[in-house]
Amino acid sequence: MAITKQRIKVAELSDLPVKMGKTVVIGENELALFRLSDGSVKAIENRCPHKAGVLAEGMVSGDHVFCPMHDWKISLKDGLVQEPDVGCVKTFEVEVEGELVYVLVGEEEAERGVTNGVC
Amino acid sequence: MTKQKVVLIGNGMAGVRCIEEIIKTSPDQFDITIIGSEPHPNYNRILLSKVLQGDTSISDITLNELDWYAENNITLHKGETATKVDTKKQTVTTDKQQTIPYDHLIFATGSMPFMLPLPGADKDGVMGFRDIKDCDTLIHYAKTKKKAVVIGGGILGLEAARGLLNLDMDVTVVHNEPYLMNRQLDPEAGKLLKKKLEEQGMKIMVHTLTQELTGKKHVSGLKFVDGSFLEADLVIMAVGIKPQVQLARDSGLSVNNGIVVDDYMRASAPNVYALGECTEHRKTVYGLVAPLYDQGKVLAKTVCGVDTKPYEGSVLSTNLKVSGVSVFSTGTIVESDTSKSLMAFDDWKGTYKKVLSENGRVTGAVLFGDTSESTLLTSMINKKANIEDYLAMQQSDAPAVSVTASMSAEDIICGCNGVTKGTICSAIKEQGLASVEEVKACTSASRSCGGCANLVADLLQETLGDSFDASNQVKPLCSCTTMSRDEIVDAIREQELTTTRSVMNVLDWKTEEGCSKCRPALNYYINMAHPTNSQDEKESKYVNERLHANIQKDGTFSVVPRMYGGVTNADQLRKIADVADKYEVKLLKVTGGQRIDMFGLKKDDLPSVWEDLDMPSGYAYGKTLRTVKTCVGADFCRFGTQDSIGLGVELEKRFERVSTPHKVKMAVSACPRNCAESGIKDVGIVGVDGGWEIYVGGNGGTHLRAADLLVKVKSEQEVLQITGAYFQYYRETAEYLERTAPWVERLGLDHIRDVVTDPEQSVALIARLDVALAATVEPWKQVISDAQIRKELYEVAAPALTK
Repeated sequence: MAITKQRIKVAELSDLPVKMGKTVVIGENELALFRLSDGSVKAIENRCPHKAGVLAEGMVSGDHVFCPMHDWKISLKDGLVQEPDVGCVKTFEVEVEGELVYVLVGEEEAERGVTNGVC
Repeated sequence: MTKQKVVLIGNGMAGVRCIEEIIKTSPDQFDITIIGSEPHPNYNRILLSKVLQGDTSISDITLNELDWYAENNITLHKGETATKVDTKKQTVTTDKQQTIPYDHLIFATGSMPFMLPLPGADKDGVMGFRDIKDCDTLIHYAKTKKKAVVIGGGILGLEAARGLLNLDMDVTVVHNEPYLMNRQLDPEAGKLLKKKLEEQGMKIMVHTLTQELTGKKHVSGLKFVDGSFLEADLVIMAVGIKPQVQLARDSGLSVNNGIVVDDYMRASAPNVYALGECTEHRKTVYGLVAPLYDQGKVLAKTVCGVDTKPYEGSVLSTNLKVSGVSVFSTGTIVESDTSKSLMAFDDWKGTYKKVLSENGRVTGAVLFGDTSESTLLTSMINKKANIEDYLAMQQSDAPAVSVTASMSAEDIICGCNGVTKGTICSAIKEQGLASVEEVKACTSASRSCGGCANLVADLLQETLGDSFDASNQVKPLCSCTTMSRDEIVDAIREQELTTTRSVMNVLDWKTEEGCSKCRPALNYYINMAHPTNSQDEKESKYVNERLHANIQKDGTFSVVPRMYGGVTNADQLRKIADVADKYEVKLLKVTGGQRIDMFGLKKDDLPSVWEDLDMPSGYAYGKTLRTVKTCVGADFCRFGTQDSIGLGVELEKRFERVSTPHKVKMAVSACPRNCAESGIKDVGIVGVDGGWEIYVGGNGGTHLRAADLLVKVKSEQEVLQITGAYFQYYRETAEYLERTAPWVERLGLDHIRDVVTDPEQSVALIARLDVALAATVEPWKQVISDAQIRKELYEVAAPALTK
């Protein structure tokens, strides 16, 4: 069964500082939105699998973010926690059209929120 | 008696090196004239790629300043070209119509890049890479052009390619052979090198032949023999060198590929000699630096009429000067039917080694990933050492014999700058050098590619014995770089680097954008070194310092307003109470630093919390001055002899807000009962009869350390002065995240005392501190007044869901 997804406008490009995160709340979900130096925009769940650190406040390098709590390094492309730590963070599809930034969220998720650790 | 006239054609490394040898051998014996086409004094051409890579500057690679020519009475005609030589009359004529007579004439005309005669090779944007002018042109091109192609995957091509990568270009190396550096490496090492360079972002095409360069006036791309096409707006040819021999040929000298010379560097006409890249000796033209030093020595002795061993050729060694890649090859590297080779490949560490022998003698080696044995193997090949000796060294459980111990004083340690073991050892002894950095500054050894830094360390060990502290040597800042804090800070100062990005580009960072360790450190060092002309980079700061609040485990924040000296009043307390109600503060707590912490605030409420509080930030999150804890002091206390609150408030107002390597806590107690705990603070002041004692380097945290008495002074004015100098000296010399406790132990209390009590140094330190202080702003006010900052950093987007 195909999951229907909502396409939600979350920001304008000019609101997103390069190499820094932005907190986005969609229903029950909290996302961290990042604009990288290569111009692309990534969205992941705003929650480190380690101790629920706020990833939107982490330091960004290339396409990784360092969690501000205990320095876990997480890929913004696939949500994978980098060695030596393990785990993953849910990623969300992002679409940029001109100045507008959209995130795709599944109907179910939008209402109930994702479960941490499912990605 | 008139002096004999020596004329040198070519003001480059080979010729000038030979002149240096002549002056050393027979000072004042000759009138020396040098004719050079380039408008510069002699510079280190092999380091041009490092200039392009941003590791060094043109002024840094100058080998002989103009003063050197003057001091040695050398007539230099720079920007002038020799056009004619009359070997009968013994004269040289230049393009400026000068005719210069000679008794000895040295050709050191060097070579030119060999430009492939491809259709389209004459278009704009197609060039070689040989001199300062080329280097400037490339740097200029890189500002507007984006796609560079380097034809040729040899040393020069790869070094140039790395430089263009550092200039933010998209770089492809096109190489006609099956693997890179095929003249110096075997296929295995060539493949490893390709992988390593691709990891650095270089695109590499091997086995690819270019047929034609396309474009109208300016080059637009390359057509390959297999019919494929690659876009390019800059093409560098680095396929080899062409000796500059036209003048020699016109003068009737015997010329083959280069100017033909015998074992004493004599050309075919009387009193005419040649050396360097324009020269052919026993059918070989050398394009590397070491042989040219060897040739220079023999030629100098020949000219001076001193007995010398003949020059019998050189064993070639190659070092690729690309940061993060260690490649070395020496001697014969291609196996024959009669050679035997020893190989070791460690996929895990990414190292590869091959040592070749012929009739039991070491004849060649290729090292990749770990080049620490390069000097040992070079010297074994030169000595025609037995392969058994090498194997014995490999298998012995005894600690490895230091490579340098078996070398003689004449052996060259630093190939780039031609520095011998003897020179380094005498410098260590005579100048009292104790670190690799000092040796570098004094002798230039390891100043260029840095490949011999470990050998220099060995020599220090050898010369100084146990007093040499290897642990005191370079410790890299983080895994993104091999450079130490001091090297990086020097570069930030000297090369005026004002952004973390430029530091990473210029200093060859291994990662594109650094990591959570180096970014904040670089940001601190840059602001410390350039307080007025650098930006504090928000994206390179830890969340607390970026948002000026302390993040808690649930993602909310806590806020601590300043209460100077731990003194508050009813108005402040009322405001804090009102804010706590309004924003539903979850916890109000009195901190150890004598102020109030408000917990559980939401990120997007922070700006309005600060507006309502209307108090300055207490920097409870900052690597800066946190609190100045005070006891109640003379106003009320039965024992306190001094006004501790007054001094505490003054200190806090004087030093607040400026960044430091780590947090700084202070305390002022009015008497030795020490109620403000001055003995465990970074700076602790204690009132005594008739003055104040200043204690430093105390810590009450993880590693408890009692503070040391720095000085005793009479007035508050002196307290401010000494504290200011101490504060700034810590700012300038500590490593990022090094508290004052370990810093005082590392530098030594006596040394710090000498600096901060020295009138001249303390005045200068305070002047620099004042510049940094003047550049600070109150952060909460700034957030309140700047809508853009509020939007970018504090706003939380909450788009509505459509049902």
